[in-house]
Amino acid sequence: MVDSIIAAASVIAAAIAVGFAGLGPGIGQGNAAGQAVEGIARQPEAEGKIRGTLLLSLAFMESLTIYGLVVALSVLFANPFVGG
Amino acid sequence: MFTFLLSKIEVGSHLYINFPNNLHMHGETVIVSSLVVLTLILGLILGTQDLQKIPKGPQNFAEVVYELVKSIAFTQMGPSYYAQFLPFVATIFLFVLGSNLAGALIPWKLIELPSGELAAPTNDINTTACLALLTSLAYFSAGLKIKGIGYFKRYIKPAPFFLPINVVEDFTKPLSLNFRLFGNVVADELTVTVICSLVPLIIPLPIMMLGLFASSLQALIFATLAAAYIGEVIE
Repeated sequence: MVDSIIAAASVIAAAIAVGFAGLGPGIGQGNAAGQAVEGIARQPEAEGKIRGTLLLSLAFMESLTIYGLVVALSVLFANPFVGG
Repeated sequence: MFTFLLSKIEVGSHLYINFPNNLHMHGETVIVSSLVVLTLILGLILGTQDLQKIPKGPQNFAEVVYELVKSIAFTQMGPSYYAQFLPFVATIFLFVLGSNLAGALIPWKLIELPSGELAAPTNDINTTACLALLTSLAYFSAGLKIKGIGYFKRYIKPAPFFLPINVVEDFTKPLSLNFRLFGNVVADELTVTVICSLVPLIIPLPIMMLGLFASSLQALIFATLAAAYIGEVIE
């Protein structure tokens, strides 16, 4: 009984972890991409440099989402609280 | 179902290679990472064997790789120190790139193991943890080597009460490196596997392309961050 409650709570926790971890970086990536497009529109010759920096910073923001995913995966597949 | 020819989706199961004294190794990680290392060694030996003024064949490839890792190390550490840490950064970059691409390009799922499945070595958190710990070891020793005992002044900058934050940062750096690489590789593989189990044809292809791109970007980021951490302590 306790185990099934923990399992149900873990599933909800995984969903919440991934959902909220996607929220902030999503806003951040949207901001960054928007600014990059603006920069390219203003200065088309700087496109290569802007693209490189944009990809690198997008990957850094992506890693915040990935932290949430790692927490969700460990809660789903390697839960320390289930089954003792 | 039609999927019985392929190995099953398994998370957290490994092909254990046991040694008598309670020593277990994750067989699939060891096999694939030794393959990656062998391929890298062979490729680089071929590329640097008979060097010519005008490169041709594999030497072109070796020069491109060298220029890439050199630019990573150069921009993070500056002209006077980059040369002595270039081998470390290059090794990290090539190994991470090689193992990510090995997981993405080679159809390992066709080979069935008794337990676990062959995949990218960075799919195993032990590999990425080892790489991250090596990075923190590298920047500690770089700081001690170049600054001597004055390295520890870094911990009370900009003010003495920053000491706990600076100490905690030493632990969060390898942790975040570790989770970033592991999470990205696992996320790619899980997405591809889940979409393959829903729609096995054509639809997974763009996701696989995205995974290929993301995994080479992760290698670049891991190397850039390792170089940046070293550059931060020696500047």
